[in-house]
Amino acid sequence: MAAPLPTPGVGPSPEQEPAGACASCALAPSSARLARLGLAPGRYDHVVALAGNPNTGKSTVFNALTGLRQHVGNWAGKTVARAEGGFSYGGTAYRIVDLPGTYSLLSTSTDEDVARDVLLFGRPDVVVVVVDATRLERNLPLVLQIRQITGRVVVALNLVDEARRHGITVDTRHLTRELGVPVVATAARRNEGLPELLAAIAQVATTDDPPKPLRLIHHDPALERAVADLAAQVEARFPGVPNSRWVALRLLEGDAGIEEAVRSGTLGELATPREAA
Amino acid sequence: MTLDELPRGQRAVVTALDLRGGERRRLMDLGLLPGAAIRADMTSPLGDPTAYEVRGALVVLRRGQARTVHVEAGCSGES
Amino acid sequence: MTDLLDEAARLRRGLSDDVGDRVVESLYTDAARIAGTSVDRDDARARLTVDRALDRVLTHRVWGFVAMGVLFFGVFWFTIAGAAVPSDLLYVLLVENGHAWLRGIFDAVGSPWWLTGLLVDGVYLATAWVVAVMLPPMAIFFPLFTLLEDFGYLPRVAFNLDRLFARSGAHGKQALTMMMGYGCNAAGVTATRIIDSRRERLIAIITNNFSICNGRWPTLILMGTIFVGAVVPPALAGFVAAGSVVAVVIVGIGVTLAVSWSLSRTVLRGESSVYSLELPPYRPPQIWRTLYTSIIDRTLKVLRRALVMAAPAGAVIWLIGNVHLGDASVAAHLVTALSPLGWVIGLNGVILLAYLVAVPANEIIIPTIVMLTLTLGANTLGAAPGVMLELGDDAQIGTVLVTAGGWTLLTAVNLMLFTLLHNPCSTTVLTIWHETRSVRWTTLATLLPLGLGFAVCALTAGVARLLGWA
Repeated sequence: MAAPLPTPGVGPSPEQEPAGACASCALAPSSARLARLGLAPGRYDHVVALAGNPNTGKSTVFNALTGLRQHVGNWAGKTVARAEGGFSYGGTAYRIVDLPGTYSLLSTSTDEDVARDVLLFGRPDVVVVVVDATRLERNLPLVLQIRQITGRVVVALNLVDEARRHGITVDTRHLTRELGVPVVATAARRNEGLPELLAAIAQVATTDDPPKPLRLIHHDPALERAVADLAAQVEARFPGVPNSRWVALRLLEGDAGIEEAVRSGTLGELATPREAA
Repeated sequence: MTLDELPRGQRAVVTALDLRGGERRRLMDLGLLPGAAIRADMTSPLGDPTAYEVRGALVVLRRGQARTVHVEAGCSGES
Repeated sequence: MTDLLDEAARLRRGLSDDVGDRVVESLYTDAARIAGTSVDRDDARARLTVDRALDRVLTHRVWGFVAMGVLFFGVFWFTIAGAAVPSDLLYVLLVENGHAWLRGIFDAVGSPWWLTGLLVDGVYLATAWVVAVMLPPMAIFFPLFTLLEDFGYLPRVAFNLDRLFARSGAHGKQALTMMMGYGCNAAGVTATRIIDSRRERLIAIITNNFSICNGRWPTLILMGTIFVGAVVPPALAGFVAAGSVVAVVIVGIGVTLAVSWSLSRTVLRGESSVYSLELPPYRPPQIWRTLYTSIIDRTLKVLRRALVMAAPAGAVIWLIGNVHLGDASVAAHLVTALSPLGWVIGLNGVILLAYLVAVPANEIIIPTIVMLTLTLGANTLGAAPGVMLELGDDAQIGTVLVTAGGWTLLTAVNLMLFTLLHNPCSTTVLTIWHETRSVRWTTLATLLPLGLGFAVCALTAGVARLLGWA
């Protein structure tokens, strides 16, 4: 259903990336890492991760994007359900992975661990965060946490139809400025806003210069000093880690998953520069 | 006073949470943080739990949880 | 690399110990600020009046429970009534015609009798039976349930009933996984994913088997009809029979709450527990998408697992009926060995053997019992050995069980209790293992109901015999 949607010209032009002839990018760099997390192998150019709170219509967005091209399973070694599917847009093949619905990435449940691992270690080319327009405040903490990890984010402001019924309007331009990433209003149940969402995904997937991860300032001088101090050491140890401040903060909080990534050196893999996209 | 004492239909503003760690985070995930406007919406027909309206969402808390949420009643708070 | 961790630990010591909470709080404060500047509400009261009105009725002290009863009764009624015709159709197609047709083909190509028996009378007949009996009710039940889910009604049920479950240390959402369990326990166990706190989820998984799944309803209804209903005047028979089935369901709910209570105070006492429940706004359900996804996701998945289990069971049933050791079939030896235990718990060896063979699917209990009774008892009705009977009407089954099997009212009542209280089917056990990844909890969930079943049946048998009822 999504495949033949009109191409609004933002996607990669055929001259730059001949469709189907991209043998080298069939296995994008992130795919090997994602395969380790349980992603099915296959031919695709870009990996999109779909994140969001529970009850935001995330699976409706997923279904609208993939149509019938999807299958479900479990995350490797976890009991958390995993759905993935594919779609193509502008001659480019995308693999989309539906992450478990979570409120945060603070590692208080298996779902949060899975989502965090995929976002941090899988390094998807685009993270689509589905948020509920009627409960923006409840949804933004997750967006902010994901923004601290990566700048390759598109926010799908979903359920705008419901928001309209409730007399709620969201200023997407203001939100785009605040978050530093594209915000697209959608009503996935009515297929509203999907062409714009696809265009935004394509644009983020192909950009060589994504926004920097978000720096949140903590209004506590001692904490700020400690974060800056530790972030510098993280960067010295793992040069090129794109989100050293976030890693430092998690280490200060004693996040067991991140400590393990430091010990095993998984974190070091993040330091390798992205291979040419 | 604490949230469990808030009469049905009344509005209040959350002032503090008497919790640490995971339980505190879960309540904050649900939108209960200091400064949030809250309204006791309806109580289960069996007397407990109670659903509270927090910025458009209906969040259900058992009495024991509501007792850990400090609120200031009367003022409408920022919405 | 550990020096980095040491450094983190050193820096952490320099900070106050609630640093985690402070960081989270600042994150949420930022979120609140951004939301505050981006969102414009027309109306301070964001909840729609329609939602309010619906909630006032659906969570009302009286109407809330009336609505709950009507809706769930409706779902079950639609399932049972709606499944009857397609089930009969599939039965005629797959079991009667399909079996005869397949047998004809095997005979035509000169297949040896044992191969025809094993594959056609054993494997094929068991799987065909399971498809005919299971597919129609699931294809109706799951979409209906999913529609209620999409509409936003189910969390209201959890809200209404939470207190009952809170007293037992469980979550109100367990009411929903129980409802799902009345359709299929494997689906009910999977549905416990909606409970996000570990302890409450384990409780819901372990007790789900006390919700009688649609594979067990036929056994209850049959026993209620031909044995319990028969002890009262015909005018009351239907009423009493239905009452006996409802009584077993209510006992099941009681056992669920009691077992939940004991689990939360014993083996699960230390597990963490954080309660959370949200009432989403009502949304008009999307009928076609729901039909599609619930049939693909739930119905076919459960059916496939059931088939994987039913096929080997069919082979085993045929084999034990047809392989002879000495002068009797394997089945006869097993029945003789199980008979003393069967007597103690007021059942018999045939029933216990049927439960052993029918671990894959509760649906095949009654046909297995009838088949074993016929081939092992006086062969009055002249069925071929090991062939799963093509059952006629209820009265005919009753005659077989009483005359050839020596059944009494006690046998029937205890079979009803044992239907409620025995190990989950192998599909459900597999699902429990998938969901918990724990041998310990899977074993407990398997053996606890079985142990309860033995205890309860032995007790009723003892009391009945003491009072001279049986």
